[in-house]
Amino acid sequence: MNDNIKILEGSMAIASTVKTCKPNIVSAYPITPQTHIVENIAKMVADGEIKADYIRADSEFSALSTLIGASATGARTYSSTTSQGLALMFEALFNASGMRLPIVMTVVNRALSAPLNIWNDQQDSISVRDAGWIQLYAEDNQEACDLLPIAYKVAEDKEILLPTMCCMDGFILTHTFEPVIIPEESLVDEFLPPFRPDFILDPANPLTFGAYAGPEIYTEFRYQQHNAMIKAEEKIEKAMNEFGEVFGREYGLIDEYRLDDADIVIISMGSLLGTIKDAVDEMREDGIKVGILKITSYRPFPKEKIYNKIKGIEKGIVFEKDVSIGTGAGLLNDLKAALYGKKQTPFLYGFVLGLGGRDVGMNDIKDAVKKVKTLELEDFGFINLRKEVL
Amino acid sequence: MKEIRFHGRGGQGAVTAAELLAVAAFYDGYFSQAFPAFGVERRGAPVLAFTRISDKKIRLRSHIYNPDYVIVQDSSLISSVNIAEGLKYGGVIVINSTKDLRELGNVRTIDATKISLDTIGRPITNTTMLGAFAGAVDLISINSIKRAVGERFVGELREKNIQAVEIAYNQMKELNR
Repeated sequence: MNDNIKILEGSMAIASTVKTCKPNIVSAYPITPQTHIVENIAKMVADGEIKADYIRADSEFSALSTLIGASATGARTYSSTTSQGLALMFEALFNASGMRLPIVMTVVNRALSAPLNIWNDQQDSISVRDAGWIQLYAEDNQEACDLLPIAYKVAEDKEILLPTMCCMDGFILTHTFEPVIIPEESLVDEFLPPFRPDFILDPANPLTFGAYAGPEIYTEFRYQQHNAMIKAEEKIEKAMNEFGEVFGREYGLIDEYRLDDADIVIISMGSLLGTIKDAVDEMREDGIKVGILKITSYRPFPKEKIYNKIKGIEKGIVFEKDVSIGTGAGLLNDLKAALYGKKQTPFLYGFVLGLGGRDVGMNDIKDAVKKVKTLELEDFGFINLRKEVL
Repeated sequence: MKEIRFHGRGGQGAVTAAELLAVAAFYDGYFSQAFPAFGVERRGAPVLAFTRISDKKIRLRSHIYNPDYVIVQDSSLISSVNIAEGLKYGGVIVINSTKDLRELGNVRTIDATKISLDTIGRPITNTTMLGAFAGAVDLISINSIKRAVGERFVGELREKNIQAVEIAYNQMKELNR
């Protein structure tokens, strides 16, 4: 094992990695299951381990609004939130992206009310996919840490300037102890240059951010955000490659697992992928030709790369922890749109599972794959429904 | 891979026990993972926590349904929770109890509450039960358990917890002789 590998709680690993990214301003409002992250950062600031100002906010709306102001002055900024907190940020999310402020935020994925539920699913971040933020999803705690310096590098790139959400599953990652290599501070310094924006709020050289834009100019702002998001695809890939060279850990916008001769491709995001990988290994032993396409970058959504990986595969199964009520689910719908009009595309099945913290086991995955093979399932549905309570 | 399920009540430190066991396993050179499954977050409610230990990187993130070992911190749970549910064939259950339940099969008991009260001064049995587990099952070294426990506490509490671990370990070793 690597000498720098430590075993610690996911939240503590995130706080330790944030420290290496040297933010100037951190502002957050504590909310389960994000609390341990911001508690640990607040302690590091209080102990003088991070030379940042930690600004306690009276709500998530205030926290993100604080960072919008701070980022506009040229500060590197960090926050973390989840679920209702992210929902309360909704207005500020669009302000941050519209003002092209490269705020980086860990979104700890949790279900939305009502009914009140503090457990994991991905409805919160999926619901703000159109807010103009880059969204990256972590499979494990190592990845959740490593995505942070990558996020800062891309977000602060002058051709991008988009805020970024690094998404990690609440409890399943944040509250899990597992071995992680905290990115070494000296290597992060080498990888991530200081934030030096061209335009900042400065009384000596007054500028206005996020001012009124009428019909004659508003569309052009949105168009440029759109282009920056598309451009972010190659920038993320470049940053991930550089990260690999510096740290020796490889990432991609998407990744494949045992996909070479697959008849069935499973597509998913986040911590589900670990369980799915173990299930795929077992299914392979039983002679089922199944592989995985892992989506790390959900925004930007790397459509061509996805198509090239799954072209010619007979069937695709999307497992996801969100639902677009009445109309499929986020990843499924985006995949269908990405593949529309293309040739040799897999027939896509979409399954919703793991909502509100319901456990997902290997058998859930294997059972769904088996039923897709035997055509026992509709092309969209909820896995593991308790029919007796309906 | 070895899988361990902890049964406790809110406030008894079952989650910490699962974490410390994972840390100890890591110090023994294994990959490990620990995570909680709270029911309702209140003192006294039944709590589950899990630890996985493996030679390889652990990817699986589901709850543990077929544990190799079960650690029960509070014997009063036995009447309301099926602590043996899904236990693997040949699996071992370690229970904090004043009764000797060895006649039931692969069950090891220890009066962890007494040990905790005598050493720590409070009926918090999580570290004591880790010492008992290390004594009952040849999986994790007592030195790594002590190291993990020692890193979690400071000052007097640190010494008392390590003492509780040692007493429980020795008592369990004695019982299994």
